[in-house]
Amino acid sequence: MSDWRYRLAQNRGTLLAFVFFVVMFAIYSSNHPAGFSANVVQTAANKGVLLALVAMAQTFVVITAGIDLSVGMVFVLTNCLASWIVVGTATTAALGVVGVLLTGLACGAINGLIVIYGRLQPIVATIASGAVFFGVALLLRPIPGGDVYGPLADAVTGRIFDVAPASLAALVVVVLVLWVPYRRSAIGRAAYAVGSSETAAYMSGVPVGAAKFCAYLLSGLAASLAGLFLTFVTYSGEASAANGGSYTLFSIAAVVLGGVSLFGGSGSAIGAIFGALMFRTIGDLMFVFNLDPLWQPLFQGLVLLAAVCVGSARLFQVRNRLELFP
Amino acid sequence: MTQLEPTASPILRMEGVSKRYGGVRALAGADLVVFAGRIHAILGENGAGKSTLIKILAGVVAPDSGRIVLDGAEVGFDSPAAANRAGIVCIFQELSLIPDLSVADNIAISNPPRRFGMIDRRAQRRLAEEALERAGAPDIHPLALVKDLPLSRRQMVEIAKALARKPRVLILDEATSALTAADVAKVFVVLKRLRQEGLALLFISHRMHEIAELAAESTVFRNGANVATYAAGTKTDNEVVEMMIGREYSHVFPPKPAARANGAAPLLEVRNLSWTDRLRDISFTAEAGEVVGLGGLDGQGQRELLLALFGVLRGVSGEIRVAGAPVSPSSPHAAKAKSIGMALIPEDRKTEGLMLPMSVRENLSFAALGRVSRGGVVDATRESKLVGEMIDLLEIHTAGTDAPAGSLSGGNQQKVVIAKWLMVEPRIILLNDPTRGIDVGTKQEIYVLLRRLADAGAAIVFYTTDYDELIGCCDRALVLYDGAVKRVLCGAEITERALISSALNIGTEAEAAAATGPRR
Repeated sequence: MSDWRYRLAQNRGTLLAFVFFVVMFAIYSSNHPAGFSANVVQTAANKGVLLALVAMAQTFVVITAGIDLSVGMVFVLTNCLASWIVVGTATTAALGVVGVLLTGLACGAINGLIVIYGRLQPIVATIASGAVFFGVALLLRPIPGGDVYGPLADAVTGRIFDVAPASLAALVVVVLVLWVPYRRSAIGRAAYAVGSSETAAYMSGVPVGAAKFCAYLLSGLAASLAGLFLTFVTYSGEASAANGGSYTLFSIAAVVLGGVSLFGGSGSAIGAIFGALMFRTIGDLMFVFNLDPLWQPLFQGLVLLAAVCVGSARLFQVRNRLELFP
Repeated sequence: MTQLEPTASPILRMEGVSKRYGGVRALAGADLVVFAGRIHAILGENGAGKSTLIKILAGVVAPDSGRIVLDGAEVGFDSPAAANRAGIVCIFQELSLIPDLSVADNIAISNPPRRFGMIDRRAQRRLAEEALERAGAPDIHPLALVKDLPLSRRQMVEIAKALARKPRVLILDEATSALTAADVAKVFVVLKRLRQEGLALLFISHRMHEIAELAAESTVFRNGANVATYAAGTKTDNEVVEMMIGREYSHVFPPKPAARANGAAPLLEVRNLSWTDRLRDISFTAEAGEVVGLGGLDGQGQRELLLALFGVLRGVSGEIRVAGAPVSPSSPHAAKAKSIGMALIPEDRKTEGLMLPMSVRENLSFAALGRVSRGGVVDATRESKLVGEMIDLLEIHTAGTDAPAGSLSGGNQQKVVIAKWLMVEPRIILLNDPTRGIDVGTKQEIYVLLRRLADAGAAIVFYTTDYDELIGCCDRALVLYDGAVKRVLCGAEITERALISSALNIGTEAEAAAATGPRR
């Protein structure tokens, strides 16, 4: 009867992110000199999808109440690798794609093993592993360069039937293949349980270790998808420390904007994706209103602060002040 | 029917099970025999070994020795999941629900119904509705988040979750303590039905009337071992209390001064203090020079009472008077100010009392930084002098004032926590189980210190789970039950028998009426 009310309440963060993004994008495209054209959407989509994929990678780990500071570095590493191996004929390129994704999974597995069996805090473990991943990326591409299999790159970054941006379609496919089954699987449920209360999860016989490991694994995979996509966009690989760092931080911002709790246990990758698109749109909005791009970090920061404040409003209801300290 | 001698062999048998935690003996050769189709109650005071026994059965801790025999085969569980697979399901006192997941998700958490590898939400929903129905709580919506439910509803979800696992042995550890009377009645109907269905139920409760209504037999635990098992109705409440008593006195307490009466307003006076549903209308006084003990079973509101006095809780109603003047401390910072002069020695010294990696000196000065600094700068000379005095006063054994607090022994750490608060020269000292987990020698030093502080004019409110301490240390003892003061015992009235029977909320009406304090 009132099922929809419960569902609405539990997906409020995701819905809010969606609504905010739609409003912001509407303002953007209606003020754009070229209007709501296929071109405007395609450019925005290609930029947005990169961050959306990295934010998705971050979401997997944040749901378990962890944090992955290596997502940006996996992203850069797989970009460099793809610029070496996703080349040549269709067959070799396809094998290359598989290689890139396996590398992403391997990076995730390393993080997972360190966190679960090494019992290190995720923040320390992933700073360290991120530095290692970036080191490997530098070895692969000391200077920017490389190539990518053109037809595939053009197909993924172009348009379908000359209207819809293919990158968005690719993102939807990733969500359908990766996120939706995960969300509804037992291991995905376990990840939420671990993030919400690890003790209660353990006491309920939930496979705590497996759930965390799987989250890091999928995080690595999603980050490598982003790296692959970056290669398609730029036609090259670059071991850019700036990219690695900023994508890591922006992914956390996107996750927060998307209504995923940094304390773990609630939120959705779909929310994080809209959070990422929203975050990207802030910059675009400044462009159409002819504001100096120098203001962009300031505005992004203000939006983030506002979102975090709204998210912590519940603290006013806490009756035992000891509960204010997590 | 349940009175009949069982003809079948027991479904579960524990033989000579022992467990030590460090130097503390929690279980020493405990035996327990449980039959299917019967409800078996377990009784015992704080620290008698009940919770350890349950944790061993539920696969949370491993026993050091002894055997567990289930259906004639010896078993050992290395995790709660393993125990569940064997058909032993425990409803824990601390809830094991996951706050951010829905009721249905929680009920199906360990083994959700799947189709094509994914959770079948419709089947899960049916399963949850069935389980809630069976638990007698069909009013709970399966899609509601657990964290949005009040405590009593959560407890019902916990019961539904246990039932959904199709247990053969169901353990209820104080499962009714958070429930409303209406819910208790529903749960009892459910438990009786489960008994008919052939489940073995282990029922841990401190409510004697619940045990009388449900259990076919009861086992009493004391000092980590089972001391008696008796059939329902063969023992009076008083006889049961008698069986629970019998701890050996191991502490030496300083002599108590004769009761004194003075005309001055009591140093601490509490009137009608209430907070959410955890504290109900608590009134008491503590005079200067008096040690007031808080007793009762664990978790009856003692901790909340101390936190409420110390300004940690929001939305506390009622009145607190210090030396006659009404005060309302809004934080520990306000409570320790000269005008109130309160100090709280917290329960868990490692998280709430000490900064373990920081030095003994720094730890000692934290609360008294205002006293040892001038113009915002810590006066090193003054600090060293005061710290030195404290270390001498409490005989803290440390390699030096710069040694990290974490390097000290448990007893000495506890002395640091106490000394840190003595540095602010409080007149009201609240202590939350200060002797838990420390050695006997240090315990005795603390008893002497408390008495000395009281003699010097402080009012001391002292919560302890050890009845000996209430008897030996306190001039008066308040026994709390379900967030309210059930009984006030003065001087010689503080006996183990009186403490246990009022902690269990039993005892003759006349006795209770005579001993209750002036208010309620």
